[in-house]
Amino acid sequence: MAHAEAHALHPETSTGIDNRKLAIWTFIGSECLFFASLISTYLVYKGKSLVGPFPKDIFEIPLVTFGTALLLFSSLFVVLSLNAAEQGNRKKTILWLALTITCGLFFVGMQVYEFSHFVHKGLTMQGNLFGASFYTLTGFHGTHVTIGVIWLFTVFIEVLRGKVPPAKALNLEIAALYWHFVDVVWIVIFPVVYLMN
Amino acid sequence: MAHPHATGDATAAVAHEHHFPEKAGQYVRIGIILVVLTALEVGAYEVAHRAHGTALGAVWFIPTILALSALKFALVALYYMHLKWDGRLLKGVFSFSLFVAAIVILALMALMFYHYAFNATLPKVT
Repeated sequence: MAHAEAHALHPETSTGIDNRKLAIWTFIGSECLFFASLISTYLVYKGKSLVGPFPKDIFEIPLVTFGTALLLFSSLFVVLSLNAAEQGNRKKTILWLALTITCGLFFVGMQVYEFSHFVHKGLTMQGNLFGASFYTLTGFHGTHVTIGVIWLFTVFIEVLRGKVPPAKALNLEIAALYWHFVDVVWIVIFPVVYLMN
Repeated sequence: MAHPHATGDATAAVAHEHHFPEKAGQYVRIGIILVVLTALEVGAYEVAHRAHGTALGAVWFIPTILALSALKFALVALYYMHLKWDGRLLKGVFSFSLFVAAIVILALMALMFYHYAFNATLPKVT
């Protein structure tokens, strides 16, 4: 019965891979190109601003390091949540997923604080090339984090309602893959934008 | 973990059927490595910044920081995104995308370097 249930939930495909998983990986591939163009735009305009504020005037490395740690921990928490879901451990799934969402929310909060702080110091989209390329790159990343938090929250509700049994753990895995991608993009942004200033 | 035979829970039975491996310990070890690598990144930044006034002044800084970043990227992709265990199709989709993304970055930077280096009539920007 269990095997039949699993078979019904994951029908055969020509690739042998669930279509939803293939779709999210293809989407992640397209997102790689999207962020590659934003990162290259930032690099191309790096050091080309004629007026300030400049990166060295405003970046706060300790704050951003804290944000980076939050995203890394959230990646760990979501993969632990997926592991628990696959093992059929609902309590741990809920706990790790709640921690993931909390880390994501704190990261978004950190970015909102950072942006408002920078605007207060005179860095705007219109002010100089650094402002335009910095806000575009990190703003799009922040938007992705926000979407990820909303997505994970919907999965969290489903887990609370008992609708993510081990056979449906793929629902969480797909959201987790998106979340990990958001994390790896930040793994690139953190050194390129903040440390190489 | 709820054992299927102990609880009679159909969902746990499906988990049993799928043989999902328990990898929590491995995930935590990777997490610790990621934190250490991030600390090394920031440490390298501080050392280079204090020694030269600006981190970019140190010759070793950029290669070090990019290598650490690449290592972190690979660890997340291989272990947390399960590419280490996934089939060739998914590995191919992601690898091809990364390859094209690298080409986009290098091509745009080369193009703009040429543009700035050899075109004296560029409009002034702020």
